[in-house]
Amino acid sequence: MKILTLVRQVPDAEARVKVSGDRVDLDGTTLVIDGMDEYGVEEALRLREGDTGVEEIVALAVGPKKVEDALRTALAMGVDRAIHVETDERFDAVALSKIVAQVAGSEGSDLILLGGQEADWDSQALGAASAERLGWPQLTWTNELKVEGETLTGRHDVDDGNEGFKVNLPAVITAQQGLNEPRYPTLPNIMKAKKKELRKDDLGSFVVQPGVKYLGAEIQTRARLNKMIDGKDPQAAAEQLLDLLRNEAKVLA
Amino acid sequence: MILVVAEYAGGKLGKSTLEMMTAARECGREGPITLLVLGQDVAAVATEAAAVADQVLVGDLPALAQYNPEVWAAAVTQIAKEGEASTVLIGGSRSGREYAPRVAVKLDAPYLEDAIKLTASGDALQAQRYTYLARVTETVEASGPVIVATVKPGSFAPAAPAAAAGEQFDIELELPASRTEITGKSVEKTSRVALSEAEVIVTGGRGVGSPENFAQFVEGLADNIGAGVGATRAVVDAGWRPYAEQVGQTGKTVQPKAYIALGVSGAVQHLSGMGKSKNIIAINKDAEAPIFKVADYGIVGDVNQIVPALIAASKK
Ligand SMILES: Cc1cc2nc3c(=O)[nH]c(=O)nc-3n(C[C@H](O)[C@H](O)[C@H](O)COP(=O)(O)OP(=O)(O)OC[C@H]3O[C@@H](n4cnc5c(N)ncnc54)[C@H](O)[C@@H]3O)c2cc1C
Repeated sequence: MKILTLVRQVPDAEARVKVSGDRVDLDGTTLVIDGMDEYGVEEALRLREGDTGVEEIVALAVGPKKVEDALRTALAMGVDRAIHVETDERFDAVALSKIVAQVAGSEGSDLILLGGQEADWDSQALGAASAERLGWPQLTWTNELKVEGETLTGRHDVDDGNEGFKVNLPAVITAQQGLNEPRYPTLPNIMKAKKKELRKDDLGSFVVQPGVKYLGAEIQTRARLNKMIDGKDPQAAAEQLLDLLRNEAKVLA
Repeated sequence: MILVVAEYAGGKLGKSTLEMMTAARECGREGPITLLVLGQDVAAVATEAAAVADQVLVGDLPALAQYNPEVWAAAVTQIAKEGEASTVLIGGSRSGREYAPRVAVKLDAPYLEDAIKLTASGDALQAQRYTYLARVTETVEASGPVIVATVKPGSFAPAAPAAAAGEQFDIELELPASRTEITGKSVEKTSRVALSEAEVIVTGGRGVGSPENFAQFVEGLADNIGAGVGATRAVVDAGWRPYAEQVGQTGKTVQPKAYIALGVSGAVQHLSGMGKSKNIIAINKDAEAPIFKVADYGIVGDVNQIVPALIAASKK
């Protein structure tokens, strides 16, 4: 089995997101591999360690030059090699899925792993769109996965709970919390990763155009009252809060 | 036509469907509004649907007894093509957001995901949507003969019934066989109001201290004021509470009138699931906790002392 993991680079959870003009401005922002994609990378590594006949694990990323860092993280975690389609253009998930499908085809991938939702564009669409282009089934929000021969079994979250599933390869799996706890790359592995192959594929070798135009971005913070009550006298604080909730906010009867 | 795919649960049309109907009526795209009902034994849902739509297409088939993304995508695509839909609106639920991209690829259409606002502008359709874990609001635009969009729950007012009931038509569908076998489902249950419906939510975080304290403080307060119960991931990971209660990036997104956070630090991943609540109330012993930055009302104090006082004072 050959596994393709998809990797995005997103702002670190602690970083403050800012907008300049009509764009999100990532200058000076610490960028990291998307935590949910990390579940996908980790799962690929565990499948191999579980001796389920994984021949190769490849990581793919599309994006600007600095996305190399996220690919290096995946390589340091244990991925065998990486492919970077370098572009500053922003592609929506449906457009991006063309690149994913073409790479999966030329790499002979049997399983694609990626995060359930992107921490930058808050999109859940790439897995499904890629599966559709490849004519594969997909399971989203997967929190348990096993491979036996050509068969995948596991559990995933659905609208009103979760369900067990059984599906044959090839397939796309999007990862959810609970699937695993991603490992930290060790220093020796970070050193080794520097020597692993990070191939650059030219955007020109893909027939892809964005289907969605980006017109603007703003940070709309809801004005908050920030009324602080001192809790030193618990009784008084509780009564003051209840009074505000009943008579000012009018959210309690 | 504007094709809206109905969402329903327990034999009743979902609020999200009524919200999509408002989006369909107000977005300014051309054509009669058609509601598509897919499933098995959905006559009651179809009748409810007819009250709000110009026409209702009903695919009531054994092959649709169980939701599957490939089957749903095939059905919606077929109807969109036959009806020459200009716009396809799908619910922004987990399931909606997993089959909508397939519909977009099949129709070779652009896809606007999880829209909170939809406005036609000439041939194009503009959408607003949240990005960067709901910290940024972006405006995006797509154009083409047909556009697929998912609509974020809670973003539009539910539509009122139309003047006259729409006509119902049974449809025939060519469906692929599902390739995924479902081997057992567990449905979330709660004795309280569901998080998606709750007007008030009380959420406990690690600062609550223990599963026993959670029951006493968080559930105790929630029951006193008729609220739903939420949890942070830290509490779910610790095994204190079921995942069904988790609010945030990898849990539920909620937008109640009041969100009461007890011993919750306010991590970005948590905020992304509750930051749009109308009122946020926080009780935390650390005055610097990030949750206070988004709070309307805050008490700096120990939940062990404040919450019992709140429970006592809120008892009528
Ligand atoms: C990919 C990914 C997805 C995630 N998704 C989610 C998600 O969906 N939902 C989610 O919640 N988190 C999520 N997280 C985790 C998130 O980053 C935080 O770790 C988590 O929200 C912290 O939970 P907490 O506030 O309960 O705990 P903590 O951060 O430990 O905060 C506890 C708070 O309680 C206060 N406290 C302690 N004792 C008392 C006391 N006696 N009285 C009053 N206050 C007290 C402390 O001051 C502190 O602020 C995700 C993380 C990742 C990486």
